[in-house]
Amino acid sequence: MPKLTIDGREVEVEAGTSILQAAEVLGIEIPRFCYHERLAVAGNCRMCMVEVANSPKPVASCAMPVSEGMVVRTDTPVVAKARRGALEFLLINHPLDCPICDQGGECDLQDETMAYGCDRGRYGEGKRAVKEKDFGPLVKTTMTRCIHCTRCVRFIKEIAGVPELGATGRGENMEVGTYVEKVLSSELSGNIIDLCPVGALTSKPYAFTARSWELKKTESIDVLDAVGAAIRIDSRGNQVMRVLPRVNDDVNEEWLSDKSRFACDALTRQRLDRPYVRRDGKLVEASWADAFAAIARRLQGVPGTRIAGIAGDLADAESMVVLKDLFGRLGSPHLDGRQDGARLSGPRCSYVFNSGIAGIEDADALLLIGTNPRKEAPVLNARIRKRWRRGGFPIAAVGPEADLTYRYDHLGDDPALLTAIAEGRHPFAEVLKTARKPMLVIGQGALARSDGAILLGLARRIAEATGMVTADWNGFNVLHLAAARVAALDLGLVPGADGRDVAGILEGAAGGAIEVVYLLGADEIDMSRLGNAFVIYQGHHGDAGAHRADVILPGAAYTEKSATYVNTEGRVQHTQMAVFPPGEAREDWKILRALAEALGHRPAYDTLAEVRKRLAEVSPVFGRVQAQLPPVWVPFGEEGAPDAARLSSPVDNFYMTDPISRASRTMAACTAAFAGDAQERTGTHG
Amino acid sequence: MSQSQDQSFQPDSFAFTADNLDKAKALIAKHPAGRQRSAMLPLLDLAQRQEGWVSLAAMNAVAAMLEVAPIEVYEVATFYSMFQLKPTGRYHLQVCTNLPCMLRGSADIVATCETELGIGIGQTTADGMFTLSEVECLGACVNAPVIWVGDDYYEDLDVESTKELIRAFKRGETPTPGSSRGRQGSAPEGGPTTLLTPVAPSPRTAGEA
Repeated sequence: MPKLTIDGREVEVEAGTSILQAAEVLGIEIPRFCYHERLAVAGNCRMCMVEVANSPKPVASCAMPVSEGMVVRTDTPVVAKARRGALEFLLINHPLDCPICDQGGECDLQDETMAYGCDRGRYGEGKRAVKEKDFGPLVKTTMTRCIHCTRCVRFIKEIAGVPELGATGRGENMEVGTYVEKVLSSELSGNIIDLCPVGALTSKPYAFTARSWELKKTESIDVLDAVGAAIRIDSRGNQVMRVLPRVNDDVNEEWLSDKSRFACDALTRQRLDRPYVRRDGKLVEASWADAFAAIARRLQGVPGTRIAGIAGDLADAESMVVLKDLFGRLGSPHLDGRQDGARLSGPRCSYVFNSGIAGIEDADALLLIGTNPRKEAPVLNARIRKRWRRGGFPIAAVGPEADLTYRYDHLGDDPALLTAIAEGRHPFAEVLKTARKPMLVIGQGALARSDGAILLGLARRIAEATGMVTADWNGFNVLHLAAARVAALDLGLVPGADGRDVAGILEGAAGGAIEVVYLLGADEIDMSRLGNAFVIYQGHHGDAGAHRADVILPGAAYTEKSATYVNTEGRVQHTQMAVFPPGEAREDWKILRALAEALGHRPAYDTLAEVRKRLAEVSPVFGRVQAQLPPVWVPFGEEGAPDAARLSSPVDNFYMTDPISRASRTMAACTAAFAGDAQERTGTHG
Repeated sequence: MSQSQDQSFQPDSFAFTADNLDKAKALIAKHPAGRQRSAMLPLLDLAQRQEGWVSLAAMNAVAAMLEVAPIEVYEVATFYSMFQLKPTGRYHLQVCTNLPCMLRGSADIVATCETELGIGIGQTTADGMFTLSEVECLGACVNAPVIWVGDDYYEDLDVESTKELIRAFKRGETPTPGSSRGRQGSAPEGGPTTLLTPVAPSPRTAGEA
């Protein structure tokens, strides 16, 4: 390992490290615009100049690998002059419109000019102006501000995998854009806003709404897919202004999907901000006491076996455990946390992403089953692409055929192929067998079918037959769509032998065997099949469930509560309260606890800490925040031949999958721009 | 550089002629597997030789042949000013107006072209025969001023020789490239000025050789 000296301090780093990275090890900051540690090195902004002994000129430290005995200075007059010069060139064509620029206050160019630049310019000539580009409803462009660092070009090409952006022209005529007018067709396009070091690419929905220094920043977790990306919620007053990603190398690196980033406008729209009770067929505003009284009245004398509950996709673990305890007291066995009907109920190893999302980078062969990860979990898909780009990573898919941003072998969408692979009759079985760390990803498109348990069993057989499960590697992975699902399974929100699952509950409600249905944020079920049942809906958005409800209990969205979610890996994470729930709405576990008390069952917990203790009692995994524990491998799934029905992905329209994104104007604009005919236009389209 | 609003001149499709397709395949085959994209410049040149300019359809066709994203071809094609992204006349007169040519009278050359052809810089004659462009240094400063047409440089121009050059093109002739004054290459005017007498090789150099 080469040893070098930077500013008089010695450091030893891996061969191939750049001077800039070596300086970072020492905590010496070198200014940069084009360099980004997750993108290829471009070396075109010239801001990271340092002086290297025996080199006639300053060198670009981002592109210069270290060598033994190198002596680097970052604090000499030569370096200061080089930085000043680079900035002067960058500012030649940069408009000084910081007061009206959304990047102002969080702009690298602004900051670095303050730190290293001149206090005046010497350029008297006219500045160039560049035509705006139309990148779609998410990314706003002001291309005159572009300094041609090409971070966005590299991100779209390398990470997002939809090579549509480029730098065309040369010299003063160089422009970043698509050349041929088109919108960016990536589910990760919002990340170029973060990457842009200047105000050329800014957020369209957030434009001119707030300044970065006015915002309260709350570190939290995203729940709009099952990845559980780390986010920062920026709020002003009691309104969420925007959502940005945080770094979590184990989960999302520093990327965030467009839905998770831009659906936040829905947090002030279609909200349930007070309890409602249906009287004479109409929902009327009510107080909490009235709502609880109405529920208590209806439940009086109803045996537990005629009460059922369904937990939805955004439910937090706290509310689910309180609901489970309440149902235990009520004597109801009919409680299901899998509203899509996924056939998952076995040991933990059968329903989590065992290898971990970061584990994808260690794998060397991949089989996708009934999933389109690009639509179901774009950030996870970016990790698959990252691994694929390194080479030596054969990928095959049994399921829907789609552009996943990497090359893969589409074997077909016939479930019988899985039997063939499991029995070693298919050539891809050999690929998996010869791989050192093979993995498979089975999606809800395979599990949420009537033969889901058989497909799960087949996937287990494939995993066992091809050596996916060893002492130090478990390549059996389930990709969930809902942030609530793994926690629901961990907490056992699965009906027992005498209980009804979601299909059974709907059947019972339609037939009259179920009188009362409690929907904890469950909106994705067929409400028309609830028959004459008395429906209690607890949730935060006026979606399908609220429309059908007889009593509405207004809950808190993920930005309004400190709650526990478990991502598809089985990683326990907490959201933090950034703003207060609107109006009368309350944190969900508190609603259920108050309801339990109104029904005469006083629970043994009064505080969040006590509920979390209860969580850990029900399942010890809740005691280990952020840890992704490898579960024990035990048999699961059913034997048998699968149905002939084709495998598909349950996500048609990535931009609208849950009550929050369905209420979002931004997501509606995206649906119109990208999803094509997936959604029919209706009279309510703006 | 983004496209201008009006792209109505873009053809719907592009295909190499059978002859050029063979050439294109040979060009691609020169590069090792996985490095086919290195043939991008020759292929774009081939397309330009076939059509006279490089259309969007041609760039897309090249991208498809090389299995790269179309934007990567746009980046290359727009970088080099030698690729014409709009239809050009049969004779594309590219007049250098950089410093040495300017000192040697390139402004007169440009004016002569404009009056002879009846068009301004960046325009094409109505009959589609001539396009006039102003270009940066062509690297032939010793023979300034210079006009570049097709694959040839016409050098040492003055007003008269420029007129004659354009008239020759109009007659359908291909004038002899090079100096219009009969100078041999870039040799000094009026014959050699150095190395006038033969010099015997130095003994030391001879000994080493």
